[in-house]
Amino acid sequence: MTSTAEPARAAPGLITHTLYVLRSNPITLLAFVLLALFVLAALIGPYVVPHDPYQSNAANALKPPSWQYWFGTDDLGRDVFSRVVVATRLDLLISLSAVVISFFAGSTLGSLAGFYGGWTDRIVSRLLDTLMAFPLFVLAMGIVAAMGNSVQNIVIATAIVNLPFYARVSRTEVNIRREAGFVQAARLSGNSNLRILATQIFPNALPPMMVQISLNLGWAILNAAGLSFIGLGVRPPTPEWGIMVAEGARFIVSGEWWLALFPGAALMLAVFTFNMLGDGLRDIVDPRQRS
Amino acid sequence: MTSSRGMIVLKRLAQAIPTLFGVIVVTFIITRALPGDPAAYFAGPAATPESIAQIRAGMGLDKPLPEQFVRYLQDLATGNLGSSISTGQTVLSDVLSRLPASLELTFSALLLALVIAVPLGILAATRQGTFVDHLCRVVVTAGVSLPVFFTGLALVYVFYYILGVAPAPVGRLDFIYISPPTITGFYVIDALLAGDPETAGAAFKQLILPAATLAIFTLAPLARMTRAAMLQVLASDFIRTARAAGLSRRKILFTYAFRNALLPVVTTLGMVFSFVLGANVLVEKVFAWPGIGSYAVEALVVSDYAAVQGFVLVMAILFVVMNLLIDLSYTVIDPRVGFDG
Amino acid sequence: MTAFVDVRNLSVDFKTRNGLVHAVRDVSFTLDKGRTLGIVGESGSGKSVTSYSLMRILDAAGVIAGGAITFEGMDIGSASERAMRDIRGREISMIFQNPRAALNPIRKVGHQIEDVLRQHVQADAHNAREKAIEVLKQVRINNPEERYHSYPFELSGGMCQRIVIALALACKPQLLIADEPTTGLDVTTQKAVMDLVAELTRARGMAMILITHDLGLAATYCDHLIVMKSGEVVESAPALELFRNPQHAYTKKLLRATPHGTDSVRDLLPEDMRPAEPAAAPEPAAAKDRTPLLEVRNLVKEYPLKSARGGVFRAVGGISFSVGRGESVGLVGESGCGKSTTSSMVMRLLDPTSGTIRFDGTDIGEIPAGAFARSPYRGRLQMVFQDATDSLNPRFSARRSIADPLLQLGLKGGERLSGAALNARVEELATLCGLPHHLLDRFPHQLSGGQKARVGIARAIAVSPDLLVLDEPTAALDVSVQAVVLNLLVDLKEKLGMSYLFVSHDLAVVKLLCERVIVMKGGEIVEQGNCAKILEAPEHDYTKALLAAIPHPPI
Repeated sequence: MTSTAEPARAAPGLITHTLYVLRSNPITLLAFVLLALFVLAALIGPYVVPHDPYQSNAANALKPPSWQYWFGTDDLGRDVFSRVVVATRLDLLISLSAVVISFFAGSTLGSLAGFYGGWTDRIVSRLLDTLMAFPLFVLAMGIVAAMGNSVQNIVIATAIVNLPFYARVSRTEVNIRREAGFVQAARLSGNSNLRILATQIFPNALPPMMVQISLNLGWAILNAAGLSFIGLGVRPPTPEWGIMVAEGARFIVSGEWWLALFPGAALMLAVFTFNMLGDGLRDIVDPRQRS
Repeated sequence: MTSSRGMIVLKRLAQAIPTLFGVIVVTFIITRALPGDPAAYFAGPAATPESIAQIRAGMGLDKPLPEQFVRYLQDLATGNLGSSISTGQTVLSDVLSRLPASLELTFSALLLALVIAVPLGILAATRQGTFVDHLCRVVVTAGVSLPVFFTGLALVYVFYYILGVAPAPVGRLDFIYISPPTITGFYVIDALLAGDPETAGAAFKQLILPAATLAIFTLAPLARMTRAAMLQVLASDFIRTARAAGLSRRKILFTYAFRNALLPVVTTLGMVFSFVLGANVLVEKVFAWPGIGSYAVEALVVSDYAAVQGFVLVMAILFVVMNLLIDLSYTVIDPRVGFDG
Repeated sequence: MTAFVDVRNLSVDFKTRNGLVHAVRDVSFTLDKGRTLGIVGESGSGKSVTSYSLMRILDAAGVIAGGAITFEGMDIGSASERAMRDIRGREISMIFQNPRAALNPIRKVGHQIEDVLRQHVQADAHNAREKAIEVLKQVRINNPEERYHSYPFELSGGMCQRIVIALALACKPQLLIADEPTTGLDVTTQKAVMDLVAELTRARGMAMILITHDLGLAATYCDHLIVMKSGEVVESAPALELFRNPQHAYTKKLLRATPHGTDSVRDLLPEDMRPAEPAAAPEPAAAKDRTPLLEVRNLVKEYPLKSARGGVFRAVGGISFSVGRGESVGLVGESGCGKSTTSSMVMRLLDPTSGTIRFDGTDIGEIPAGAFARSPYRGRLQMVFQDATDSLNPRFSARRSIADPLLQLGLKGGERLSGAALNARVEELATLCGLPHHLLDRFPHQLSGGQKARVGIARAIAVSPDLLVLDEPTAALDVSVQAVVLNLLVDLKEKLGMSYLFVSHDLAVVKLLCERVIVMKGGEIVEQGNCAKILEAPEHDYTKALLAAIPHPPI
């Protein structure tokens, strides 16, 4: 079977190319390291944190960072460090599931619209235009408000407002390749339309979509955190970065900066990681850059 | 030429109608068709089953959906967005009274962002690999990664708590001042028009931090786009022609390159608006800014449903109008618009 | 006493990601006032870089590493940027390939001309417009007052090139550098543009440097030629001399590969590369069957117009022709004549509006294009595409690309191949097309233009089609590569006995490959018949114009 031999030949090229990209671009390497840290924190965080993230202790309230409490304690005396680490899982889970949902729905819609054109395209485009006619964060607020204030609905709302990005990118990327020479050649080789879309066009449209996924992960995290910052979705005492910043906000004007700073910084770092990753991914998945 | 340009403008205006209709349909779906009982929401947290049933009948929620939609349209046409249970006012009057605060904040932030981002992007593109270019990259990366509410809090901590140069984040004007008479609805301008420089100064001081917060967030996509567009244009054939014709650097950069680079930048403005209007809500909450964003947040907390719906609709309409203006300005810059259908 | 233009030992380096590239090495030439110099070379020969150095408009990555350029006694290398700006456009001007892209897309062409005039103080605010229109008149633009207000997108390619020429000549420079000024233009437009440039430069006593890949074009319009290869000058001689008695092996190869004036496709190749036995071109066995393989009757393709008034655009207006078994037929015309639309319909990639396409006796036009992939006829009609790069999936190795039709359609008898048999067939095809087997596992971006063309051809013949449509298969290739590919196509036809429908804009190439030719213009066939006869004695005016537009070197 040639089809099984194929990836075997391509694989060493991909690995060496990945290493090459990482070596020549330290920022991408840094992003990968950070990503690994976040994933690690999400996986084992709850088991290794020094304090119980829910355990309040009035005697220890509002302590600045120290050797015992690395990130200080909040107004209920809970360890901020433990809470920030434990929150990683929930924050990543919300944004990741939202992006996965909208990637599948969006790229399917967009690819079909871009490939078939005509009425399919008109209907899909009209739908996307309508979603895009809302300021997206505002639309997410409206959806959560209407569907009920729950984590699940935060995921759905984030997925819906992200959908147009994927759909648009895949529509454009598929559309510009619809009449490409290699697609025509595949028609002459006897490939059916769906097969052409799946084996010829989609793999080539994937690199720009990968970049979009990564950039959107960052945005999805921001979006979800923003919703919980204004009191939607996650509820106290659950540790989550957005809500922790919101709780810490009250103490900024009195100088207790650590309550808001550390969850905010974690949030920022996560978004930064995914944004950097987006650019790095593009270099890796794009075979034209492989040398 | 002029008449066809007029036709394009009219056509673009007509295109906004289905979009507006789509917006109304979505808002309607959010209001009525989603799981959950709108009547229970509208009745508020303290409602009894009887009062909920009463509201359901009153709102026509027991009628079939198409009929409800027609009724919804009629309500919108007469400006009836329902009443807020927390303020007791109609949602329309609430939103209208708070809109100027939001607009003042948004426009100041946009202006600030444009004034910094566009020159920064141009400089970064023309001096590739230099300090300015790296600065631009840092600003862009930081700007898109910073949660806007976090930036706001950081600015408050530094400029209010530590340095003490900024006023407390208590809204548009400190309590010791009286709001200026409403003319434009923008405090700084109104106070100046009323000949009260002291109030204008105070209002301006209040505005700086929230506007800067929003601007930092807005800067990033604008600077990134300007840089990318300038780089692309500068590498194009017609710039080489202009150089080969001996045109001055100034002429090449501004008349030739920048005007062409403006096109993709203007296109991104629409997306930027979307982000700004969303981020606006968060900034208003951080700075207790009495705009429609913080109104919606307060309404959300107490499940004041009509108020949230009104807010979503008004924001969407605002955004549609802004996109319309962007598209119209596009037809002014680009002679090719409307040429190929 | 130095010459008007004196280039001494010029070297230009480019900084790239993979280190320093010596784009130009040790190039020297001189040019006197009123003379014309042709710099000829294939892509990557450094000919454009040389001319950019003359005006010092290299990219930021390019740097003049050595040598000296003197223009009218002035050292270009050490001149200040301000002095250079005064020279550009006023003393030395340049025209470019791809004229539409060379103009600012959102500025009225009149204003662009004014910009140059005012930059060099040839006009002020009051008379700029008047002078710009005057310049437009000089490049023979009809209705210059109206055209003054046009944007480039409203003008044709040839018209845009006239505007670029107007820009270049507005300030009456002494030297004009023309960088592939006619590439991408239709042959008849090409001739008009070159004639205009030649006439204007002669009338003004200007010097000209013509940069081109086309030896015929250079020889027609230049006094002296230099031939460049990989950044170096390999030969420099007066045009006539160079044509009659080329010294360097590369020049000989290039001259030979240029199809103008040759009679056989074999003559395009250097002697050591020709096939061992003389190509006697025996009539294929299939030719005994006299019924045509392909018979097109009253073929029409219409597109609805987007304008408010409706109506249709007739891309192809009811044409009829046939292709016999084992025959090669050329389909010739300029861009927009409908030849590509015709070939797409014949290939069943596009549905005709009306008319019949009979293939081997069956009207395959009745099978919708969307369903043709599953038709038993699919494997019998195949195509080689114009742009080899575009026609290969960037994520498929050459092996995978060639195997694709075999996997989907199977061999002629319907036999599906897999595993070793499939690999053997792919390697057999590669051998047939002269593609070394070690290249089969490369991706398109790792192959040269000629190699990609071979992959495309191997894929097209994989399922042994009866009819092969060749859509300008060599248009994107350098002449020496074109010569090899054309020969390959002739070899394949001899071995496999296919019929060819060869779509091209280049009559000189068609002449070498085809027995019959069809000339199209505006969606109609204006003339068709025996190739040699039509080229010898064309009847239609348009065919005559096409033939006249082929540059005729002074041999």
